[in-house]
Amino acid sequence: MTTPSVTRPKPDFQSQVNDVKRETVSLHISSSPHIRHGESVRGIMLWVIAALIPSLIASVIFFGFQALFLTSVSVISAVLAEWLISHLLKRPSSTGDFSAVVTGLLLAYNVSPLLPWWMVAIGSVFAIGVAKMAFGGLGGNFINPALAGRAFLMASYPAAMTSWKATGFGSLSGIDGITSATPLEYFKSGFSGENISELQNALGNLFIGNVGGCIGETSVIALLIGAMLLWYKKIIGFRIPLFYIGTVFFLFWIFNGSGDVFSSRALTIPLYQILSGGLMLGALFMATDMVTSPITPTGKIIFALGCGILTFVIRKFGGYPEGVSYSILLMNLFVPHIERYTKPRIYGEVKKRD
Amino acid sequence: MESFASLIGISVSAIFISNFVLSRFLGLCPFLGVSKKISSAVGMGMAVIFVMVIASGFTWIINRFVLLRFDVEFLRTIVFILVIAALVQLVEMALQKYSPALYEALGIFLPLITTNCAVLGVALINTEINPITGLQFTFFETIVNGTMSGVGFMLALVLMAGLREKLELSNTPEILEGLPISFITAGLMALAFLGFAGLNFFA
Repeated sequence: MTTPSVTRPKPDFQSQVNDVKRETVSLHISSSPHIRHGESVRGIMLWVIAALIPSLIASVIFFGFQALFLTSVSVISAVLAEWLISHLLKRPSSTGDFSAVVTGLLLAYNVSPLLPWWMVAIGSVFAIGVAKMAFGGLGGNFINPALAGRAFLMASYPAAMTSWKATGFGSLSGIDGITSATPLEYFKSGFSGENISELQNALGNLFIGNVGGCIGETSVIALLIGAMLLWYKKIIGFRIPLFYIGTVFFLFWIFNGSGDVFSSRALTIPLYQILSGGLMLGALFMATDMVTSPITPTGKIIFALGCGILTFVIRKFGGYPEGVSYSILLMNLFVPHIERYTKPRIYGEVKKRD
Repeated sequence: MESFASLIGISVSAIFISNFVLSRFLGLCPFLGVSKKISSAVGMGMAVIFVMVIASGFTWIINRFVLLRFDVEFLRTIVFILVIAALVQLVEMALQKYSPALYEALGIFLPLITTNCAVLGVALINTEINPITGLQFTFFETIVNGTMSGVGFMLALVLMAGLREKLELSNTPEILEGLPISFITAGLMALAFLGFAGLNFFA
């Protein structure tokens, strides 16, 4: 309602009012959340890829260009599988978010550098096709696709998955040859409990990655450099890696087999355990997967504790020398329940009595 | 101590290594049929534990004192099926009369699993040689095996129910909706449970 005015406003003033009105009308109206951030799936995945590059470089140094070749095969087949499946399902292609590249990289990091290239490709296609796209693509999968691919390869080609290459600088046991035992295999079958100094001498090699193992898992230093980048970008949190590695360290410290917790032996064994095998790769890059780990802070801690306990149980009592991949897969199954019981109370909500 | 090791070994094997659903692939119809909601999965799990314990104990007695004694082991399968079915019906009637609360809790699940392959499976496994001691299962070991097989079944069922509740929200391709994606889920769960292979606390 406008009041009749005696003096008409100047035309340019009127136009200003109209401008204001027009701006008011074009305000952006939407439901919450109202705080926006420039972060996107694509951006996060690119940072994860960047964080995985140091390990790739380390693996090329230690295992040669075969490692690079297998990684490329894995990445290419993962991306092709994702593109083909979204094409067949007549859905918009999701290859642009680079999540398939991350899956391909992680799968390659989880296999031996001696694995035939077509096995890597099969594992990649399984990871993308069955563990991820069948559940509706990124965000729908309940299980880590790369680890599912590894478990699939482990069940299908157990011999090829467990033959290891010695690094270019000699193997852990000092025997030159094409194949070599991983540090954890040595611990499980070769370590008698007496030659503790051998484990102590191996710690340095374990840290830089000069040991037999999967493509991307051996170099702890390279993995830590990548993880720092992700911590700095707040893409992964501290809870899962710290509690996961901490639990494994603690359990191997307490149950070190000597009955003494303050001897050098008691501290060497847990250090050896956390530096060897896929623990660093798993705890830093795979247990922290945003899709398949719990959302709640308490839930993350429970998840990490469970991973740590299962890793300890499988490494110490299980049939495999390494249990990181299976423990993360198993805890992935518990995620819906963990989230259910650690859901924070809504502000003002009265606790239900039942 | 020997028997303690055997009981732990039986339990670990029944729950994790040879999980009835995820390793032996028995009892798949209740596993897929009653895993849509966590609450009904828990009810079904309880009913399976209950029936497995009763069936294990009863069939062990029949096997030892009737079938082996009169040398009619070839009748084992058919006798077990009849005994289990009749037994569960009797127990159900008794529960309805004397413990209505438990009867209500187990509800429809009890009659559903009277002739389930998982229940028959545990009864038949109990007649084999115990791989840990190398002897026949004792009565107590039989009861433990029955209980823990049921617990393993319940674990798989409850995990599956949690995942399926989550799957409701995901954008599954149309051709895979419903049962197919549940089978894929179960397969991936079985893949994860392979990690328990060879688990032995007394090596």
